Formats: sequence, C-alpha cells, structure tokens
Amino acid sequence: METTNTEQPVAKAVSPRFQELTFTAKRLFKNPLSTIGLAIIAFFLIIAIFAPVICPPKYADPFKIPHSGWKIEPQPPNAQHLLGTTQQQYDMLYGMVWGTRGAFKIGLIVVGANLIIGILLGAIAGYFGGIVDEVIMRVTDVFYAIPFLVMAMALVVAIGRGLTAVIIVLIILEWPSYTRVLRSDILVIRNKEYIMAARASGSSHFAIILRHVLPNAMYSVLILASLNIGTTILTAAALSFLGLGSETGTADWGQIVSMCRNWIIGAPGNRFAYWYTVFIPGFVITLFVLGWNLLGDAVRDVFDPKLRRK
Amino acid sequence: MNLYSFIVRRLLFMILVLVGVSLLVFTVMMILPPGQRLAAYVTSEKVTPEQMDALIAKYGLNDPAPVQYIRWLGNVLRGEFGYSVTASAPVITAFGLYFPTTLELVLYATPLIILVGVALGTLGAVRKDSVADHATRVFAIVGYSLPTFWLGLLLLMIFYGFLGIFPPGTLSNSASDVVMSSHFHHYTRLITIDAILNWRWDVFLDALYHMFLPALNLVIINSAMIMRLMRSSMLESLGQDYMMTARAKGADEKTLYKRHARRNALLPVITVSGLTLAGLMGGMVITETIFDRTGIGWWMARAATQLDVAAIMFNVLFLGTIYVMINLIVDVIYAYVDPRVRLS
Repeated sequence: METTNTEQPVAKAVSPRFQELTFTAKRLFKNPLSTIGLAIIAFFLIIAIFAPVICPPKYADPFKIPHSGWKIEPQPPNAQHLLGTTQQQYDMLYGMVWGTRGAFKIGLIVVGANLIIGILLGAIAGYFGGIVDEVIMRVTDVFYAIPFLVMAMALVVAIGRGLTAVIIVLIILEWPSYTRVLRSDILVIRNKEYIMAARASGSSHFAIILRHVLPNAMYSVLILASLNIGTTILTAAALSFLGLGSETGTADWGQIVSMCRNWIIGAPGNRFAYWYTVFIPGFVITLFVLGWNLLGDAVRDVFDPKLRRK
Repeated sequence: MNLYSFIVRRLLFMILVLVGVSLLVFTVMMILPPGQRLAAYVTSEKVTPEQMDALIAKYGLNDPAPVQYIRWLGNVLRGEFGYSVTASAPVITAFGLYFPTTLELVLYATPLIILVGVALGTLGAVRKDSVADHATRVFAIVGYSLPTFWLGLLLLMIFYGFLGIFPPGTLSNSASDVVMSSHFHHYTRLITIDAILNWRWDVFLDALYHMFLPALNLVIINSAMIMRLMRSSMLESLGQDYMMTARAKGADEKTLYKRHARRNALLPVITVSGLTLAGLMGGMVITETIFDRTGIGWWMARAATQLDVAAIMFNVLFLGTIYVMINLIVDVIYAYVDPRVRLS
C-alpha cells in the first residue's frame, strides 16, 4: 500500500521506517544504561562464540566439564584453573564459558519460540476479536493463574528431566504474556484510520496484519522479549539448581551453583575459605540477566512515545 | 454496573479459570503412566507391585481421559488428594503440617516488601534524577536480575557462615523442644502467634530470628517490581492538573506529596502488591529450600525430585486457587476505590 507516497513523490526519500530505526539506534547508544547492557551482552556473545578457543573441549560433548581428580574440596583460582574448581574438581572457567553458550541457547530458543506463538495468537485474537479472542484470552487467564515455578517443576518431572525438558516447559508456560501484550496493542491500532483505509482499498486480512498491524504493534513485544531472556535464564537456572535440569558436571550455570551449596560455611580458621565457588557462578548469572534487563529497560524508554522526542 | 453485579461477574469468571487450571493440572498428570498417577488416588502407604494392577483397575486409570477427569475432579471436590510419598502422609495432612510455616513467612515478608517498594519508589519520584533516585533505580534493576537462590546462599555465607548469626531452619533446638512439648498449645499453628498466646516470648523472638534472612532475601528480590511501579505512577501523578490546583491553593509540599500525589499513585500498586502476595506463595520453593524452612515450597522441591505426583498436583491447584482469589479481592478493592473500573 503506497497510497501515502503517491501524491507527493519525495525525491529518493529514505523510508520513514528506516529513519525511525536510525533515530532509535542513536537514542539507544546515547543512553548510558543501554550502552552498559549492550556491552555486557556483547561480552557474553564473544565468550559464547569463542568458547572452543578459550576452553577447548576435552570430550565429544563440549558441555561436559573436564575435571582433574575427584577431590571433594573446591580449589581456589590458580594457574591451571583460572577461576578455581568446584567440588569434585570441575573447572569453573570451563563451566562458565560453555555455560554462556547454554544460556544463549536456552534464552534465544525459548524467547524465539514464544515470539512466534505469541505473535500468531495475539494477532489473531486482537485483529479478529469476537469468540476467537475470548477463547484465547481465557486460556491465557488460566496460564496466569497457575504458579509458574511449581508448574514448571511439575511439567519437567512429567516430561523427564534435562535441559531439553526445561526448554520445552518454559515455552509452554511463557507464551501467554506475549499474546496478551501484542493483543492489547493491536486493539488500539485496529481502529486507526490507516487500517480502515487499507481495508477499504481491498487489502486482504493477512496483508493488513503483516504490513500494517504487526510493524506498529511489535515494540512492546520486543521489549518484553528482551526482559524475558533474563527471567527465562533465571527460571532455567532455578530448575537446574533444584536438580531438575542437567546432570552433575554439565556446563550449566544453575547446576554449578547447586554444586556450591555445601560450601557456604567455610573451613575452621578461615570462614570465607570457599567464597569463590559460591560467588563466581551466581555473579555470572546476575551479570548476564542484568545485561538483558538494562537493554530491555532502555529500549522501553526509547520506544515510549511519551518520552521519545523530549 | 454496581459493585455487587461486578463481584458476581468476577466470581463466575473465577470459577471458569479454576476449571481451566484443573484441566491443565489433569493434562500434565495424564502424561505420566498409570502406575505413577496412582498416588493421586490412594490414601495410604506405598503400594506393592502386586497390588498395583488391581488398584489401577479399581480407580479406572486406563479409562478414557474425560471419564478419568470427572472422577478425579470429584475426588478433588471431596477433598481427596491422594498420598504424598515425600511427606509419608496423605496430601491433606502433610499440607496442614507444612502450610503454616509458609504462611507465616509470607505474612511477615509481604508488608515489608510493599513498604520498602512504596517508600523507595516515592523517594525516587519526588527527588527525580537525584543521587537517591539513581541509587534506588540501580537497586531495583539489580534486585530484578539476582537469582533468588544465589542471593540466599550469599546471605547465608555472610551472616551464618562468616558472622555466625541468623542460622537456617525454622527454630533453634531449645525453642523447638518448647513448641513440641505438651504444655505448648497450638492455637493457630503460626509459631510467632502461638508463642505470644502461650506467653513464650523467647520462642517468639527465636522464630523472628530465624525468619530474618529469608525475609530479607524476599524483600530484596520482590520489592524491586513495586518500587519501579510506584516511581513511575508517582511521577505521573505529580504531573497531573490537580497537583497544580493544590499547589495554587497553597498546600505545603508535604501535604502535596502525601495527600494528593501518593494516594492516587498507590492505585496501580494495589494490583501488583496482590500479585506479589500470590506469587510469593509459589516463589517460596527456592527460599525455603535454601533456608531450610519446612514449608510447602520446601515440600514441593523434594516432591519434584522424588516424583511425588500427588503432592505437586495438589499444590499447583491450591496455589492457582489462591492466586485467583487474591486477584478477585484486588479487583473488588480496586473497583471500590476507583469507580472508573466498574463503569468500563
């Protein structure tokens, strides 16, 4: 639908959507919080990409952490193990580096799948309304009512433990928030003049949703996605911590935190003897989640039309 | 629409959602083989392999799913929830044992969470862009990003491991002996309240002493959300016309903030506070596991790792019901204080 541009042909006009995008990017880089967030995510991304270089895998399955011996006590950082070892001598650095890959994998798969489901159902519910809308919304109400973590635990147990189960369960449980957010945005857009214009000029429903509704309703969902990568990682780590995720010795952050649970007391004479084994894995998780939250927050400020052009 | 028809409508809606929750719980249960689902039906000790087939036939666990659902729902409505393997007791008995511990911590932590959230959020809004504002915002976003289990471990490491104070558990041994003794009457099963009613202030203080760290853990993580909401809501309220009117009429700054801005800003906070309360019950899994408090969250964590189906399903149902009910109460309060909600 080029109806808006046909009357006044602007010479080689840059598409307004592109203009908005560059404006957004500029605003994003001006905001110190989002710059920190982006830097944190970039840092983790580099680690995830170069994981095989930083810590060459020893086994066929790179997510298995190599360990030297079975000694129970964690070892402090040393030349061989730059971040020390966990109990049973799993290398902490290896676990953190390959765990980064795992975190990106979980976060991106879960949020990606939720975006697809959420956009599909949200678009249908918001655009068509009526009985379809009613049914989809009541289903999301049910999902909102169930206790998230407890239900996630129940589902993981029912499906069978492991990281794959955790990913599937998080997809099943998290889509309703995307659907709701997108739907409420579409409800506002649905009655705008440009949608009526498109309808009057004979566009199909599919074309209207794809070309006019979704591009204008996507912002809130994308912000939600950025914030949700953080919460997804937190939930996955919590499930691993509770012993429902990967097996012992897997490069999985939550699993490694659960290994350090026994070492909060320290040793006689040195009460902080094992602080590193408790501190490091949790700190890495927090930093990763913080990166996504800072970014999501900043994107929200930038996209908020009330704050946008001030 | 008047308030009563609003409540009736919301009640009907609540029942609909609960039916949905029960369907969902049942569906999850149906993923499991009949032998594992059996626990949700029996009422006594573990079943021997020989009895298994007979019991599966007795409870019709190979019948068509809709028939099983109706039968199971009937059991649930009669209060029969099966046998919990981890608690070695019928689910409902075990629940009576574990729930007070959870409720007690929730009752202490929730007001603290709301107070801290509202206070810091107000501070941030009133002194926008000051050092205090930035500090509270950083606190909020870090609190939002912290894994509950890690913060809990850190708190334990620092206070219990290093300083030797605030041990995990619900009570110290001596206080626990007092509570277990026959002289101690259990009126409410909430330890702090029973301790006062029994005039045992030592037990009361001991219970509070053990509750401090888990409560702190919950406050740090959960007040962040309320704080952010309060800040933005307060900022919006400060920019309204009625603020200018009040200022023009000569109200001093304190009255301005307290009577005019904060009252209106608190409205959306009611909703989120209700949801926090509901979410806390389910969110206790981690906190209770870390601080070794034998509440329903602690029970859930054990039930999940040991495939205690009956216990998990009961708690999903229970927490879902609590959530829906708190939501209803919040909506009614909201409709009561803000007539615009009823009219729309």
